[in-house]
Order: sequence, then structure tokens, then C-alpha cells
Amino acid sequence: MPANPTPGVFQAWLRVLQREMLLAYRQRNDILTPLIFFVIVVSLFPLGIGPEPKTLQLIAPGVIWVAALLATLLSLPRMFNNELHDGTLEQLLLSPQPVSVLISAKILAHWLTTGLPLVVISPVIALTFHMDNTALLYTVITLLLGSPVLSLIGAVGAALTLGLRGGGVLLALLVLPLYIPVLIFSTGAIIAASGGFPVDGQLSLLGAYLVIAVIFVPWVTNHALRVSLD
Amino acid sequence: MIFQKLAAPKYFYPFAGKLLPWVTGLCIITLLAGLYQGLFVAPPDYQQGETVRIMFVHVPAAWMSMFVYAMMAGACAIGLVWKIRLTDTFVTACAPIGASFTLIALITGSLWGKPMWGTWWEWDARLTSELILLFLYLGFMALQSAIDDPRRAARAGAILILVGVINLPVIHYSVEWWNTLHQPASVARVDGPTIHSSILIPLLVMATAFKLLFISVVLVRMRTAILENESDSRWLQEQGA
Amino acid sequence: MNWETFFNMGGYAFYVWGSYAVATIVLGLNVWLPLSRYRKLKQNLKKRYETSS
Repeated sequence: MPANPTPGVFQAWLRVLQREMLLAYRQRNDILTPLIFFVIVVSLFPLGIGPEPKTLQLIAPGVIWVAALLATLLSLPRMFNNELHDGTLEQLLLSPQPVSVLISAKILAHWLTTGLPLVVISPVIALTFHMDNTALLYTVITLLLGSPVLSLIGAVGAALTLGLRGGGVLLALLVLPLYIPVLIFSTGAIIAASGGFPVDGQLSLLGAYLVIAVIFVPWVTNHALRVSLD
Repeated sequence: MIFQKLAAPKYFYPFAGKLLPWVTGLCIITLLAGLYQGLFVAPPDYQQGETVRIMFVHVPAAWMSMFVYAMMAGACAIGLVWKIRLTDTFVTACAPIGASFTLIALITGSLWGKPMWGTWWEWDARLTSELILLFLYLGFMALQSAIDDPRRAARAGAILILVGVINLPVIHYSVEWWNTLHQPASVARVDGPTIHSSILIPLLVMATAFKLLFISVVLVRMRTAILENESDSRWLQEQGA
Repeated sequence: MNWETFFNMGGYAFYVWGSYAVATIVLGLNVWLPLSRYRKLKQNLKKRYETSS
């Protein structure tokens, strides 16, 4: 009876995903912290600017999205740092399976534990900012389309800055400029939708960005990880 | 054939040394010509008055900020494909001067803006794009200085620059779009710095001068880097540095 | 050539000359710093090679 036959690519991908989710569950704090950070940051704005509903409505799309960017940044080092120290990352890179595919599972897990909670809690935040129903809807939609892109682009940054001193802040410096188009098109879509203007342009761009990122990022991250680990 | 030879520090070093005085000389000549054109020959603009002379510094600096980044990206790509180590030296040498041009573009853009718009800063598409470009430069320099291993620093930097250059058109387009979105419809704004044909000659001369300055600076930096990296090698010792 | 009006730059002296000053300083540093670094390094290497041979 031969030992375990080498699993198919999909099985391997699924296994990485399951492992990531299990680890995330065990380190629940790591997931809650960015979420709580998101809520706190968002709450600072009414405190700093004043609770006038009209003002809050105006700043809401930008505030929510910037807070989402920052919360994502906070969670990015977690993607690879833990495995760096115990050697599992090197194991991953030596895997017989296509490494880019396995990396995509890691990034998906990151989004499920970081981006998706933001999407889920965003309606609550939107209500506290007196956003109208259209704005709320499009906040959720843009976050749904955009937060995976944040995880994807962030993965490249995390891979490049693996194990470096000043890691988190350096990561932010590298990744934030790249986040700007997502920020612009998402907030632009929310504002346009509220005003009754068409948003297909912005949403298509976000969608295209997502598709391109899904296709290229795992491959680039693979190379970036190898550069960092050599 | 020649380029393959030049890819080795051993040949590049003296080649750069011979090239340097010519480039520097040409640079000084074109710089003086450009300054003469810009400050004395070019007439004051109908709308902008004497502030148009700021354009002769601002526009070439902005052009160079993008040109240098493009050069860096090209070198990174060449280095990855043909595995030439010298391209890493080139890229590292380019970053500070590229960032400097970006900084000059931003400051002179602001100095142009105050008399024209009345404010020290406007979030118009061009200036905002320049600002983001500065962040990209600074990010690259920060990444390189955070990595001790020169090989890792070079390869990580290359990935970052290539990811950046792909994102640049997207960033630029999104900022343009963002700017038109938030433009108050009723206000007839004075456009950001624009280029008229009447001021083209001083502009082009200054741009050439800046290019030559860029080349000189990069050559000096590369020679310095070669001295550092190859200090134990035979050919350098035989030369007596 | 009226030097006074030239330096005055139509009242925009600060902005125009300020721009040229900023460019000169920044570009000047970009030329000066690498050059002095190169010279210092070259001197050190020369010394090192002479003493070792």
C-alpha cells in the first residue's frame, strides 16, 4: 500500500486554507484587534470634527475607507511573519505543489479574517454616520470588491518587508500609495451613487483591479518571498 | 557586444570616468544657456507675468521625476531578465536624484501656485500625482536602507519598482478622475501649470541640462559604489584606485 | 538692462528666485554629496593599497 498519494492541487490549496483558518481561530485576538482598531479610528472623527449629521454624511465614505486601509495594514505582517520564525514558510516554498496557488489560499484566508469582518460591520458604521441607504449599500459593495485587493497588494508588501526592522511602518509606506486608486474609486462610487449618478465606471475599474490582482499577485508574492528568504 | 563588456564593473568604471568630464561640461553649458533663455530672453507671460519663469525649473524637474522612475523600472527589468548586477547599482544611484527632482517639482509647483491660485497648496491632479510619486521614491529608498544584505535589497527593490511602475498609470488616472470629480463646477480655475509653445525653447534646454546633470550624478554614484563593492578586487588594486 | 526690475520680477521676486534657489540647493547637494563621498573613498582606498603592497 503506497503512502499517501500526492494530493491534487485543489486539495493542497484547500488544506492550506483550512490550516490558515484554524490558526486564525486559535489566534482570535489577532483578528479582533484590527476590527476594533477600525471601529475606534472611525469613531475618532465625530469626536474630532463634531457630530453634525450633514458633516458626518459628507466625510463618511472617506473616513470609512481610510480606516479600512489602516486596519488592513495593521493585520498584514501577520500573513507571513509567524511562519517565518518556525520554518513553515520555507516548507511552503519547497512544496511540490505550485506555490503561487498555495499563496493564494493564504491571502484568501487573510481576507476572510480581516477584510470580510470589515464588510460585515460597515453597515453599522454607516448608520452611525447617518449615511443614506444608497450610500450604505455602496459602502458595502465597494468594501466587498476592494478589501480583497487590499489583502492582495498588501501580501506583496508583507513578503518584501518580511522580518525587517521597522517592518510595520515600512510596510505602510510601501503599500499605501498603491492603495490610493482603490480608495479613490471606492469613495467616488459611494459619493456618485448617493447623488444618483452612474457608478458602473468605478465599479468596473474596481472589479478589473481585483481580477488582475488575483491573477498576478500570488506569482509576484512567490518571488518576493524567495527574495526575502534567501 | 560593447554593452556586454560594459556590464562588468571592471570596464564600466574607467568608461564612466572618461565619460564624466564630457557630460559635466555639456551640462554646465546647457544649464547656462537655459538660465539665460529662461531669465533674460523669454518674455513675461500674458497671464502669469514673471512667474512663468518658475516653469523653466518646475516643468523640467517634473519631467525628470518621471523619466528617472522610468529609467529605474527599465533597469530593474533588464537586470531581472539578463541578470546584470550593475543594473542594481544603477537603480540605487538613481533614487536620490529622482526623489530630489520630485521634491523640486513639488516646491516650485507650490511657489508657482501661491501667486496664481492664492494658496500654497492645491490638490490638483498634477501636484497630487507628483506627491504620490515622491512617496514611491521614498518607499523604495526606505526599503533599501532597511535591508542589510545588498543582494536582497537589490532584488526586493526591483520588485517594488516594477510593481510601482505598473501601478503608476492607474494611480495617475485615478487622481485625474478624482480631481475632475471634486472640481467645483462654477469656479473657473486657473489651470495647473500649462505649457505654451512660446516658452518651449527654454523648457527644452533646461530639460536637457537636467538630463545631463542626472547622468553625471548617477555616474559618480556608480563609480563610488563600484569602489565600495570591488575594493578587494585585483583590477582595482592594480589600478591603484 | 535695469537690474532692479530684473531682481524684482514684477513683484514676484520671492516666488521666482525662491524656486531657482530651491532647485540650486537641492541639485547642488545632489552633486556635492556624492562627489565628496567619492573623493574620500578614493583617498582611503589609495592609502589602503599603498600600505598593503
